Amino acid sequence: MNILLFLAPASLALGALGLAAFLWTMRSGQYEDPKGDAERILYDHLEDRPPTAKPK
Amino acid sequence: MSQSLAVPRDLEAFVHRDAAGKGRLELLVSGARCAACIGKIEKAVVSVPGVESARLNLTTGKLAVDLGVNSADPDRVVEIVEELGYRACLFDPTEAAAAQDREGRELAVALGVAGFGAGNVMMFTVPAWAGLFGQELNASTLTVMYWLAAIVATPCALFAGRPFFRSAWASLRRGKANMDVPISIGVILTLIVSFSETILGGRHAYFDAAVTLLFLLLIGRYLDHRLRANARSAARDLLALQSPVAVRLEGGIERGVPVAEVRVGDRVVVAPGERVPVDGRVEAGVSEIDNALITGETAMAAVGVGSTLHAGALNLTGRLVVVVTARSEDSTLAAIARLMEAGAQSRSAYVRLADKAAALYVPIVHSAAALTFVASWALGLGPREALLRAAAVLIITCPCALGLAVPAVQIAASGRLFRKGVLVKSGAALERLAEVDYVVLDKTGVLTEGQPRLIGAFNHLVAMAAPLARASRHPLARALAAQAGVGLVAHDCVETPGQGVEGLIDGRRARLGRASFVGAAQGARETELWFSFIDDDVKIRFAFEDQPRADAAAAVAALRALGLGVEILSGDLEEPVGQVARAVGVQNWRAGLTPIEKAAAIDRLKAEGRKVLMVGDGLNDAAALARAHASMAPGAAVDAAQNAADLVFTGDELGAVAQAITVARTARRRALENFAFSALYNLIAGPAAMLGLINPFIAALAMSGSSITVLLNAVRPALGERRSR
Repeated sequence: MNILLFLAPASLALGALGLAAFLWTMRSGQYEDPKGDAERILYDHLEDRPPTAKPK
Repeated sequence: MSQSLAVPRDLEAFVHRDAAGKGRLELLVSGARCAACIGKIEKAVVSVPGVESARLNLTTGKLAVDLGVNSADPDRVVEIVEELGYRACLFDPTEAAAAQDREGRELAVALGVAGFGAGNVMMFTVPAWAGLFGQELNASTLTVMYWLAAIVATPCALFAGRPFFRSAWASLRRGKANMDVPISIGVILTLIVSFSETILGGRHAYFDAAVTLLFLLLIGRYLDHRLRANARSAARDLLALQSPVAVRLEGGIERGVPVAEVRVGDRVVVAPGERVPVDGRVEAGVSEIDNALITGETAMAAVGVGSTLHAGALNLTGRLVVVVTARSEDSTLAAIARLMEAGAQSRSAYVRLADKAAALYVPIVHSAAALTFVASWALGLGPREALLRAAAVLIITCPCALGLAVPAVQIAASGRLFRKGVLVKSGAALERLAEVDYVVLDKTGVLTEGQPRLIGAFNHLVAMAAPLARASRHPLARALAAQAGVGLVAHDCVETPGQGVEGLIDGRRARLGRASFVGAAQGARETELWFSFIDDDVKIRFAFEDQPRADAAAAVAALRALGLGVEILSGDLEEPVGQVARAVGVQNWRAGLTPIEKAAAIDRLKAEGRKVLMVGDGLNDAAALARAHASMAPGAAVDAAQNAADLVFTGDELGAVAQAITVARTARRRALENFAFSALYNLIAGPAAMLGLINPFIAALAMSGSSITVLLNAVRPALGERRSR
């Protein structure tokens, strides 16, 4: 049963990592333009990072 | 586009400045489709001096342009995008701010947190379920598992439940109970009972149910929000394309401003081909005006100094300077505005399906829970056990499926309509549309195309006049040119506003325009053009007519097939309305109606007990649109009509009306089926909980089971449609 003390926090941490990653993608505007991003990634001359510093 | 044809002007009002003085500009660009478009547009815009960066959002069609302190000319940006062959218009900065989707972001974050909670709490509750069936978990391990579950589930549930708690609280303060009240009570009660059970070492802890419930409900809530946000932004884009800029004269300088900023007494310039932005009186200039969107009349009116113009009228031939007599918000007849407001009020009193269900559901469930408590205690169970059973009733009947029942169906239905070019403004609109039993159609712009088309002319005559027609911007001349196709343009053309155009065709001087301009005997009708060579006595007459839409008759037949009565109410003259009515096969028609008479006619139909769908596009229809049970407007309608309408169809086909009604009816049927499903589930699970037969495993299974059934039923029409295609 002692293994639980290690496994439970470890798996929770992994889950939290996933949640944090989702929140980060939300905040950095990666869902703003799915259609555009699909095209932008194909060409080097197009800016393919999400737009930052949006006025709030 | 109209902007690029005008004299250069100052559009600073459209630039949004931050504290450092850097500007930001938003444009709506249509026509961009691929990476090559993005590259072309961004590169061209960045090359404009004063522009720091530009970024096109392909999904929304918005081009965000960052300007330096030494601002670039917004007009130049619009122009350069249009030179590339895309349609562009400036977006009002207040609209752009409103478009930012804070609510959607909050829901998505809540959904993410609930998903994390629902996934991870299972780690601890699944072993606990195993313990319920006499497997290896002993009592102390079970308690540890529940404590771990509590640590994960409680913060997640409290965070993800905020949208529901807030809405429930707001509803309770108004003295009503919406669907969020039982949801909030259910979630909070579940947490409290689970904690007390865990502390007392019992087995009935439902931490997983609380989070999973919220996760499923948030999916429904998020879908519902996306539907409304998409429809709203699409509707906003349509309007932005219509009247983006009013050109105000300020001491001789033309300055473009958002229409909302125009004040009474300002002087605005209306170039040929543009719509009059606000009500006003002509101060200088001569032109012809197309009032089709305002009165429904197809004939054009000549205007000169002193004439009164209404917002939405299309200026055809000459440049006009107009003194504003009413601001955009209160322009065009206070009576129409008052009628619309009254209509909107009666509409907000409409009770939605889900709220009707909640009104029925909440008292039943809560009295059942109270009854369980009293009965169990009276029958000799301890107060703790009695309370637990009452709580189990509330938890198991928590309206998860009920909360999903309507939004899931409506998102599927709106998605289908969206692909057909019909925008649905709200879920309530779909519900009202499904109840409709009578359809009132406007003529101009709804049954007809709203644009003149040449009728009964010989091809060689059309070809003869075409070179002059191609040089003119007059809509009748354009219709003539469209009929003739691509070809030569006349030389040395001079266009006289309100009269016609004169020029050289193969060295011969010719005129195209009104009868008096060409020198023919005075023509009786406005919807005709005359053509003649100056050195020739032969005058050729071209007649134009606003033709019914290609599928108008079929669309009316389709409405009849749905069991709906059809009537035409028009502001146009007796003769053209009668013609169109006969062509599309409608016996019930009335002509020459004022906007107030139209609204009164709708009221009369309502008094007869009919649920009326109004389809109209003009300012004269706006009051009727707002008062009808449900309303639709074509995408080319004036903004007042689009604002008043529940649905906007963007295609050329009137058949969209019948399709929308069919989809709305299917959606209503599905929603009722979903209610039946959740009622059935509650009829089984409720009594089981009252008898104390529920454990956490069964609760989790039953809850997600019913939600998934409801979701699958909601997407069923979409599946059926794909197969039939």
